Amino acid sequence: MSFTEIEKTWYPEGVERCSLGKFMKWMGVLGVVALYGFFAMIVCFAYGLGVTGLDNYFGFGLWITFDLAVIALGAGAFFTGLLRYIIRIDELKNIINLTVIKGFICYSGAMLILSLDVGQPIRSWFGYWHPNVHSMLTEVIFCITCYLMVLIIEYVPLVLEQKQINKIPFLHNLAHQMHVVMPLFAGIGAFLSTFHQGSLGGMYGVMFARPYAFRDGFFIWPWTFFLFVLSAIASGPCMTVLICGFMEKITGRKLTTYRVKSLMCKIGGTMLLIYTVFKYLDTWAWINDILPRAGLTFDQMFYGMVYGKWLFFSELVLCLIVPVICLLTPLRKKPFFMYTGAILACAGVVINRYVFTVQALAQPVLPFTKWEIYTPNWAEWATSLMVIAYGFIIMSLSYRYLPIFPQEVGLNKK
Amino acid sequence: MSGHKMEFPITWGMVIDIDKCTGCGACMASCQTENNVEPQREASNKLRATSWMLVYELTNDKAFPNHDIAYLPRPCQQCGNPPCVSVCPVIATDKNENGGIVSQVYPRCIGCRYCVAACPYHVRYFGWYDPIWPEGMEKTLSPMTSVRPRGVVEKCTFCHHRWTQAKDAARVAGKDPDNLDDGAYVTSCVQNCPSGALAFGDIKNPKHKVHELVKSPYAFRLLERLGTDTQVYYISRREWVRKLGDNYLKSE
Repeated sequence: MSFTEIEKTWYPEGVERCSLGKFMKWMGVLGVVALYGFFAMIVCFAYGLGVTGLDNYFGFGLWITFDLAVIALGAGAFFTGLLRYIIRIDELKNIINLTVIKGFICYSGAMLILSLDVGQPIRSWFGYWHPNVHSMLTEVIFCITCYLMVLIIEYVPLVLEQKQINKIPFLHNLAHQMHVVMPLFAGIGAFLSTFHQGSLGGMYGVMFARPYAFRDGFFIWPWTFFLFVLSAIASGPCMTVLICGFMEKITGRKLTTYRVKSLMCKIGGTMLLIYTVFKYLDTWAWINDILPRAGLTFDQMFYGMVYGKWLFFSELVLCLIVPVICLLTPLRKKPFFMYTGAILACAGVVINRYVFTVQALAQPVLPFTKWEIYTPNWAEWATSLMVIAYGFIIMSLSYRYLPIFPQEVGLNKK
Repeated sequence: MSGHKMEFPITWGMVIDIDKCTGCGACMASCQTENNVEPQREASNKLRATSWMLVYELTNDKAFPNHDIAYLPRPCQQCGNPPCVSVCPVIATDKNENGGIVSQVYPRCIGCRYCVAACPYHVRYFGWYDPIWPEGMEKTLSPMTSVRPRGVVEKCTFCHHRWTQAKDAARVAGKDPDNLDDGAYVTSCVQNCPSGALAFGDIKNPKHKVHELVKSPYAFRLLERLGTDTQVYYISRREWVRKLGDNYLKSE
């Protein structure tokens, strides 16, 4: 039997996949992008972060924005896990595997970027050894590393279900047993993930000397803590649907029913509506209380094109109200509106993470300083692209060899 | 959520008379030498250059003949309620010692730059590259201050090593190291200011000049309304300068 024939025996039962040659070309393109990013990563490690576009004004830049964005969009994993295993919305079993892989990609990718972003990556374990319990970032370090382990535990049984691996009795039984205890890990994952999504928001909200980001709150948690959780669980399911739709477009095969996607979008939309209410209240309090207290006005929070008000209105109107309408009304039955809603919801969360990361730092707090512009350079873009390419590679391999879509066989019967 | 104010029996503070400052930059130069700040390889990018003490130029934005300028030297403000301390994930920066100086522990810092983001005074600097002293210049290195590797955050420490030396000298002279004479411990920038614009001492000690200076009707602190409660005070008899110390609404 030729290698091409053998390779076909690795596919999930009863599905079709593109030719090995085509797949290798696709992987080759992704590999080139990943290698370029890997080169940039080595340059960063070798010469220091001076090779990036970051500076003493913008300690956080594209990397942190990217991290926060992918972690928010990856939130579909824990939230869908919660709904599937704890709240028991059975229909989500048709898309849960995809959310797990997406979550794994997003979190492992974010960890990769974080290891680049800290000036002394070899000291990263200090977060455990010398933790400052008052720091939101400590909470992030704890939860994000623990949750990545949970995601690995959730991903492993999927890998073990690969047709050839699953023939080994021990691994077959292991996968089965792991599935049995999955609700436990879904629960742990939901707990950890909620807290670090929140603490990522809390990171900004506690910066009381940065009026752009600072928020009052409840007990030790600033409002951004809750807003980041809500925006993540709103955009996460939407992102899952977008990935699923994108994969269907590329592969030309139906992977889940429209009903499942529509359900995910409805869940995302509902969360988005709740988020919208709280985000508007928060923005109102920010404009009328936090800013005047600091002696600043709403207009002073914006500057030029790159930090303009268009971002604010894009986030709060175009990417909140419009997707809520698209996702929570009968419009959702039409693919155009459902996908538009999902894209806008995800775009909104990216804008939110960007402005909290970059604009919060660009806004001059000292009256005699001025707005500064931050431009990420090739090293930051290349490494971010590397993580995206890495995600595509993991997803492509998973799709080709692992049975991640239970409905695929049935939906593509000729 | 906004941390809490820390009080210490000794509170080292700096009082900067802006009206006396000529903007000569001697404070910046002396600070860099005293504290082993790497010779700047490319200082044209001001957002990358390291200067623990930085002199800002202030202007009243008026046309001649009403145009006026002022210079504002900015060391670490050693906040009583530091925005940078509570955020550090690894306790690499702390305010836990008598004197109220915000510390920075270089071997502990992981270089996440969260403190850089949290500080509105831009006093925190990151090591973007390996520090290099061109051949011969390593002779300028001071044994009193540790050098920093790349990838960690550094900042003004009010020349903390000078305090240690002053306490040692007091002990040798049979004096109380916790009740130093005025001027026994001053920072490098204060010592080297040619126009006497900078004063340093224990704000709580009535024997120290700064104790009175901070009570001046012309004294103000930077961004007071944010609640950082800094230990650096500024003095200016010009109202427009004082106004630039904080943000004000039009109605105020």
